[in-house]
Amino acid sequence: MKPAPFDYLAPADIEETLDVLREYGDEAKVLAGGQSLVPMLNFRLARPAVLVDLNQVAGLDGIQAEDGALRIGATTRQRSLERHLSSRPAGGPQDLLRQALGYIGHPQIRARGTVGGSLAHADPAAELPAAVSALGATLVIRNAEGTREVAPDEFFEGFFTTSLAAEELLTEIRVPPWPGSTRGAFLEVSRRRGDFAQVAVAAVVTVADGRITRAGLALAGAAPRTVQAYSVVDGLVGSEPDAGVIAELAGNFAAELDPPPDTHGPAEYRRHLARHLLQRAIAQAAGLAGPRAASAA
Amino acid sequence: MDVDERTTADHVGLREKTITVTVNGDSYQRTVPVRRSLVDFLREDLGLTGSHVGCEQGVCGACTVLLDGEPIRACLMFAVQADGNELTTVEGLASGEELHPIQQAFWDHHGLQCGFCTPGFLLTTYDFLREKHGATEPEIREALSGNLCRCTGYQGIVRSVQAADETWER
Repeated sequence: MKPAPFDYLAPADIEETLDVLREYGDEAKVLAGGQSLVPMLNFRLARPAVLVDLNQVAGLDGIQAEDGALRIGATTRQRSLERHLSSRPAGGPQDLLRQALGYIGHPQIRARGTVGGSLAHADPAAELPAAVSALGATLVIRNAEGTREVAPDEFFEGFFTTSLAAEELLTEIRVPPWPGSTRGAFLEVSRRRGDFAQVAVAAVVTVADGRITRAGLALAGAAPRTVQAYSVVDGLVGSEPDAGVIAELAGNFAAELDPPPDTHGPAEYRRHLARHLLQRAIAQAAGLAGPRAASAA
Repeated sequence: MDVDERTTADHVGLREKTITVTVNGDSYQRTVPVRRSLVDFLREDLGLTGSHVGCEQGVCGACTVLLDGEPIRACLMFAVQADGNELTTVEGLASGEELHPIQQAFWDHHGLQCGFCTPGFLLTTYDFLREKHGATEPEIREALSGNLCRCTGYQGIVRSVQAADETWER
């Protein structure tokens, strides 16, 4: 099918974009990479009166890395970020971001799909919302009046729902630095290569002097929105990395999940995946197991 | 108000735009409706029917073309978004009557049967092999994962990519 008619605007800078969004509000839909929006337009599931194309907006894409932190412009292509991260030394917390990107669709999707677009779309089974949640990123949001910065938990509100207002634009994602002894891991089970996750787990763990001092854990596909495993983080911090402790914490957390059943399996199956992927991702990030340990997932 | 009922006076932006694109080295200028997909533009406005329209939802990969060198789904982009850009389609691979080494490999190793998915596979392979030498079978299958073929069972396609990896001088 073809999209319903719309009026097309391609603003040149962020200020013009914000003015357009203020003027047209709910009538307008923002187009970034289009890898989720355009299928919805083609099926006429979305029929915006005005399409605001961000692809000509100057200063909205780009990657800046300094002192262990990462600033990612919202319209940075997923493939650009993947290339940037692949060109840097492996082993740090941002490894999980690189791994997560590898699970998104296919090369053709990542060449066009944007980092901010995936976050603003807020598919509960998407990789990037879980990855930025585990990393404790800050999302920078602007409207014509000013800027606000929110944590992922204030951004992802529910099933395809964020706290972005109609006149607001996600402009940047800031990944904070983590201590030097931090590692990340991202594990996913999906039905086919490139599908959205049945369940995916993003894990960041800092181990110093034999103890876990800090951690970030988030899951995709386990609930109507990406969820952080705060109870597991609380249980881990202060303890020595231990497979038994990790298994118990992961099991307790997964038992409380209430994932929606679908044609690929009952809720119990997703709880099973959540428990095991959590265990393995934490073990990897804590240095208890190598990447090979996850391949049997 | 229903979108379809809006009159010209209501328009806040463009419904049509004149764009210039370079496809396979040739420059084209056309005026297109803003909602026309890039693949429809290539086929219907430029007559370049090598790029195929399969699912129109970014799943099958039949419409894969290169946009400024990157493989993309031409059904998930509007033609107006390609204004000023360079595209490579399957028509740009062969040199006259001489097939590109990737095309020749698909011919030689049963990389196609009905041929509907083939243009997408060829351009995906082109992008993959341009950066990769000595690809392993798992790497090839990963690279091709975004293209669907309902005839060959993929065995012949993987063999074709392996062969092209050796025969294409790049």
